[in-house]
Amino acid sequence: MKKAALLATIALVITVVLMNARSASTGYKVGDVVQDFKLKNVDGKMVSLADKPDVKGYIIAFTCNTCPVAKAYEGRIMALNEQFAAKGYPVVAIQANDAERSPGDSYTAMQQRAKAKNYAFPYLYDESQAVARTFGATNTPHMFVVKRDGAQFKVAYIGAIDNNHYDVATADKKYVESAVNELLEGKAVTTPSARAVGCGIKWKDA
Amino acid sequence: MKSVLGIFLITLLLASSAIRGQSVPVIKFEQLKQLISRPNDTLYVVNFWATWCAPCVKELPQFEAIRQTYAKKPVHVLLVNMDNGKTLNTKVTPFVKNRKIKSRVVLLNEPDLNTWIDKLAPEWSGALPMTLIINSKRNIRQFIDRPVKEGELESMINQYKL
Repeated sequence: MKKAALLATIALVITVVLMNARSASTGYKVGDVVQDFKLKNVDGKMVSLADKPDVKGYIIAFTCNTCPVAKAYEGRIMALNEQFAAKGYPVVAIQANDAERSPGDSYTAMQQRAKAKNYAFPYLYDESQAVARTFGATNTPHMFVVKRDGAQFKVAYIGAIDNNHYDVATADKKYVESAVNELLEGKAVTTPSARAVGCGIKWKDA
Repeated sequence: MKSVLGIFLITLLLASSAIRGQSVPVIKFEQLKQLISRPNDTLYVVNFWATWCAPCVKELPQFEAIRQTYAKKPVHVLLVNMDNGKTLNTKVTPFVKNRKIKSRVVLLNEPDLNTWIDKLAPEWSGALPMTLIINSKRNIRQFIDRPVKEGELESMINQYKL
């Protein structure tokens, strides 16, 4: 009986510790294994990372229609896909803003944007915001480069696309580009994270 | 005679700046640090914002209200604008003027966050808005990396019994 009580207490302690660990974690760190997701693309089909067995990794971009910083980077996100999709690192864009708080980021608006701009990559709707929370995405745009590791993907870079959101011409540190190039060469990523300025993701009211 | 002319000119200057609204100085990080880490009793309420950030623009009136509420207390509201320095005259100054913003506004021209954020708020992702309530002398530091809730600033400031 005493033993049972002791075991119950231990179980409770472990549960509390685990819960705390979970709430204290703020998304992925570099080196973490990514939990695959299934999100609806603008063409209505569901997309997961596991869909493409031949890729070396992905350039995952948390972005949106409305944020001026995301708009300023839109061309650069498209360029990254153009540059790296054929080399095995395609772009996957994810939109996680709450459409109620940000009507310009509704699924319909996403479809219109992808069509108008001719996105050559998936533009996924993270309606429940669970994927953005799991990743620890905070702003738009917020980039996560993931690298294949057997059947899984590991985070290799987190943060900004480059170091000047105002102007591509004056950006002299192309973080994502350098990271992917280093990964393609089998090297370690020199700068595995860099802060990204941007609009905060518009979370649903808790 | 000269002094009369001088006074006249200064008056003219003051009057014209009152009509124009405040001018927004463009500063670098070192200057910002000096502005908010003075060893005095003033509680600095520092809000990082941009004209392009809708939630930031929406919460600005709350900071203006704080400035009024605590006008007689050692509370200083500083609105740190993060727009492109090149748009000072086309965007930022007109915005501050049109909104009749009375709190102090500075434009922080430091687009590469990675060069300075660690020295100010290592826990900040770079997402706007962000607010810091600080006083280095009394070791006060509150970090809010989301829009402030109605009344939240007052309750935070009030707990310091200024």
